[in-house]
Amino acid sequence: MKWLSKTYIWVIMAFLYAPIGVLIFFSFNQSKSRSNFTGFTLDWYVKLFHNDLIIQSLINTLIVALVSSVIATVIGTAAAVGINSMKKWSKSIIMNITYLPIINPEIVIGVSFMLLFVLAQGMLNNIGLGFEFGYTTLILAHVTFNLPYVILNVMPKLRQMDRYIYEAALDLGCPPSKAFFKVVLPEIMPGILSGFLMAFTYSLDDFVISYFVSGATSQTLPITIYSMTRRKVSPEINAISAIIFVVVLVILLLVNFHGAHKEKQSRRREAQG
Amino acid sequence: MKSKYSSLFSLPYLIWSLIFIIVPMGLVVVFAFTTEGGQFTLDYVSQVGEYTNVLVRSVWLAAIATVICLLIGYPLAYIMSRMPGFQQRTMLMLIMLPMWMNFLLRTYAWMTILEKNGLLNKLFGLFGLGPFDMINTQGAVVLGMVYNYLPFMILPLYSIMTKIDNRTIEAAQDLGANTKNVFTRIVIPMSMPGISTGITMVFVPSVSTFIISRMLGGGGNLLIGDLIDLQFLGNAYNPHLGSAISLVLMVLILLCMSILNQFNGDEDREGMLL
Repeated sequence: MKWLSKTYIWVIMAFLYAPIGVLIFFSFNQSKSRSNFTGFTLDWYVKLFHNDLIIQSLINTLIVALVSSVIATVIGTAAAVGINSMKKWSKSIIMNITYLPIINPEIVIGVSFMLLFVLAQGMLNNIGLGFEFGYTTLILAHVTFNLPYVILNVMPKLRQMDRYIYEAALDLGCPPSKAFFKVVLPEIMPGILSGFLMAFTYSLDDFVISYFVSGATSQTLPITIYSMTRRKVSPEINAISAIIFVVVLVILLLVNFHGAHKEKQSRRREAQG
Repeated sequence: MKSKYSSLFSLPYLIWSLIFIIVPMGLVVVFAFTTEGGQFTLDYVSQVGEYTNVLVRSVWLAAIATVICLLIGYPLAYIMSRMPGFQQRTMLMLIMLPMWMNFLLRTYAWMTILEKNGLLNKLFGLFGLGPFDMINTQGAVVLGMVYNYLPFMILPLYSIMTKIDNRTIEAAQDLGANTKNVFTRIVIPMSMPGISTGITMVFVPSVSTFIISRMLGGGGNLLIGDLIDLQFLGNAYNPHLGSAISLVLMVLILLCMSILNQFNGDEDREGMLL
């Protein structure tokens, strides 16, 4: 039984990692062939860093992800605080609306944004407030699909919180706004942070929704990658894959070690207490 | 916290979701039922009927991919949930790592492996076999779906299975249950919420994809997503028909999810989504 489950795990891991391994392996290939390895080179990496289109779309991606996840975190955290103090039925209506962008297929969300923006463009152009598809539309769309992740990460923290601490602060003469920043905010900070990180990574990774709302000028990295896969063979894609893989690996390792470290610490504290 | 005004904090969000969630969804519905001139019509919705074969193909391929994911993912999730803590964390990381690679890159990888003079055909060639037509087939599309969405099946299954106490299983064994009974009477019933979450999380993106079918299915295996894309950004520009197809897709998914919920009874609904 033991060896059977071990073999099983290895087979699945091979299935998950072999394609990525192949991609990375051929990023070092001298020729453009995707099945014949003719010799080692780092040329594709050099080319990648001199490709203005890719660098520009990487910058676009980072700007859109950062701006949209910050906005979503602020609006979403405030929303969670508000929703948490609502009555049961209005709370459940709003939570159902919040789930909508998560349950709905991405393509439908993308298409619905496109309809909205095309319509808004027509209306606003008439009163001289024209806008183009680009940063604005990308950020508006990204904030919208990021909001649920922030709210769903902050809500549980608010529910777990002991509300008497906040009331104690008020009883001791703390004004409500100060009590919020001094008492509530630190308490729900872990939820806010994980919501922000989730929003940021979803934003970085998003293709489908961006595809429908980005203009010709402000492409994000996934959109550039998509147009590269549509055109002729280009080992630069392999080089991008290798870089992304290494970045993700390092981040995951750091998070994992940090988590394990914290767990150990809290266990030690428990043992002492 | 329960002051009269604290619910006002959610006002910006309410306005935001009105403009960017409710109104766009409403627009899809309105566009589906109106002509270019703004008149009410059922033409576009009935026109969707012409694409029944595409709808059936999408649901069929997504269903196959979902079943394969369940069959592959279930044993793995179970094995993982019975491992010691450190190994569990490592496994979790290994399964999440490919997920964070953009799915375009993962699909592109299979494109290079499956193509006519790709790696797999070269490998077969060493044994004097092939070359086989693997890309641009329905099988390649299903493979792409399974590869991209398998982690979405494993993760909810795993998280529900860690909650199954080992002592429950041991108790069943002490009372004389064999391995098969332990699974059919204990493990599977207790992991039901994870199964339905996993199915939803694989089925919904599979049935609505347009990239996987385009990259691995060639032109001959269009799915619903491709149809929608064609109406909005493709040559066949027609947002009204596109909206009608989107509407049908949403209804289809809602139907599938409500069927799934029947099996689930009324387990805690919060666990339904992630």
